[in-house]
Amino acid sequence: MQTKRTIFGNRVLPYALLLPQLAITCVFFLWPAGQAFRQSFLREDAFGFKTRFVWFENYEKLFADPLYHNSLWVTVVFSLGVAFLSLVAALILALAVDRTLRAARTYTTLLVWPYAVAPAVAGIMWWFLFNPTIGILPYMLEMLGYNWNHRNSSVDAMILVIIAASWKQISYNFLFFVAGLAAIPHSLVEAAAIDGAGPLKRFFTIIFPLLSPTTFFLLVVNVVYAMFDTFAVIHATTEGGPAQSTNILVYKVFEDGFIGLNLGSSAAQSVVLMAIVIVLTVIQFRWIERRVQY
Amino acid sequence: MVENRPLLNLLSHLVLIAGVIVVAFPVYVAIIASTRGPTDFLSGLVPLLPGPHTLENYHRILFSGVSTSGAPPIALMMTNSLVMALAIAIGKIAISLISAFAIVYFRFPFRQLAFWTIFITLMLPVEVRIVPTFKVVADLGLLNSYAGLSIPLIASATATFLFRQFFLTVPDELTEAARVDGAGPLKFFRDILLPLSRTNIAALFVILFIYGWNQYLWPLLVTTDPGYYTVVMGIKRMAEVADAVPQWNMVMATVVLAMLPPVVVVVVMQRFFVKGLVESEK
Repeated sequence: MQTKRTIFGNRVLPYALLLPQLAITCVFFLWPAGQAFRQSFLREDAFGFKTRFVWFENYEKLFADPLYHNSLWVTVVFSLGVAFLSLVAALILALAVDRTLRAARTYTTLLVWPYAVAPAVAGIMWWFLFNPTIGILPYMLEMLGYNWNHRNSSVDAMILVIIAASWKQISYNFLFFVAGLAAIPHSLVEAAAIDGAGPLKRFFTIIFPLLSPTTFFLLVVNVVYAMFDTFAVIHATTEGGPAQSTNILVYKVFEDGFIGLNLGSSAAQSVVLMAIVIVLTVIQFRWIERRVQY
Repeated sequence: MVENRPLLNLLSHLVLIAGVIVVAFPVYVAIIASTRGPTDFLSGLVPLLPGPHTLENYHRILFSGVSTSGAPPIALMMTNSLVMALAIAIGKIAISLISAFAIVYFRFPFRQLAFWTIFITLMLPVEVRIVPTFKVVADLGLLNSYAGLSIPLIASATATFLFRQFFLTVPDELTEAARVDGAGPLKFFRDILLPLSRTNIAALFVILFIYGWNQYLWPLLVTTDPGYYTVVMGIKRMAEVADAVPQWNMVMATVVLAMLPPVVVVVVMQRFFVKGLVESEK
């Protein structure tokens, strides 16, 4: 690991400087994670009087549970939906901004502020817009002949949470795409234009391939966002319903742990989620290493 | 821009204007709703033009709260949010600065271990270890307190890495010069490293302030006393009641107030915001 050529010599000071960070990490991160790991091998009776060591029973039950399969599937649909929608919208906007000259800054300001809006607040706003009795969007959809009701329809509920979660993420992706587009050498695009390639052809043969590292990075970040940061969107709007159709993994951990009080299962789910985060983090860091060599 | 295609330029502007409108639309409707009276929401469709009740609604929500939902005045919740956001942002920056300083400028046993311990926090978001973390905080007696709201979220691998990267780019000559002049590590840190890190601190502050203000799950768990509710989590409780007894004007006024501070911070400090966002992902 890198250090400075010139360093300070002091035996106690570095430990003292690291102490606050490490203390908080150990007490609020490592210890609870260890507890979750331990708890996932235990089974408690309903009153918390007796705990038994049950090996992998919690995991076996979990993976045999159709509700968990459903939650996994819901998470996959939700994450890919959010990633796809917010990436495509952001890319189109970034390409458009790349073509404007003077107005680029103004447009950027007008497009980036949703990043600051809390996911819960975004959820409530879209919930209001889509409210089946007074919302404006169901009213418009009804004129088109579609009867919107996210309280009964699983598909409608899923669309609602995907839109609410993507809305907030567009600004983030937009900024990274704008930076990615600015890094593409102008000479390449100009050479292609001189050879007679139109804007569409240039996009698919030059710009999009050169943007692929950015796109891949954003894909991972968006999946992480959709899996872990959207708890508030779900909790503030559908609460996992109707009929479990928006019950993503993170929400299920909370529901089983705090409302269902099924600690063993909740702990096992936590461990599975940690494994998923670790895999995604490793992928993300691998990508960064590759970019540095490039 | 490569060639002049007026039609494509026009299309670009149209796409951008459409994008801006779609992005702003939910907020527009929320603002409009917050200016209307309660009866305007019985007619079957959300009004799209402002009403006359702006001052009345905001005054009521800020200082007396909505009695039926049992919520405290929003001014109190916003103060709580502000305390929490500032504590998290400043706390994270402070402890990350000193731990990055220790890791870069000293050589000591277990340095590698300390680095990896901090790194691991990246892989353990609150959402995946909710129940045991709640238990720890409850055992420490930190429920319903500002300390419980902020301290468990203060550890930050991202901020530590950012400062570490930055410190590695600070020329060694500065350190040598400082040492020759007889400055100890703390004096060097305070008089040279801190002033150099100003832009990085500002950039991180924007990101972390938003992060702290927008926390939802954590305040939901550790507060049961309405005196400690934060505004972002408080909305949910109001909206739940509003579903039975529609008070959409009040809910939307709260929504507008809840997003105002972070949005203002982003717009005012846009340069730092973009820098912080892009750098903290490296």
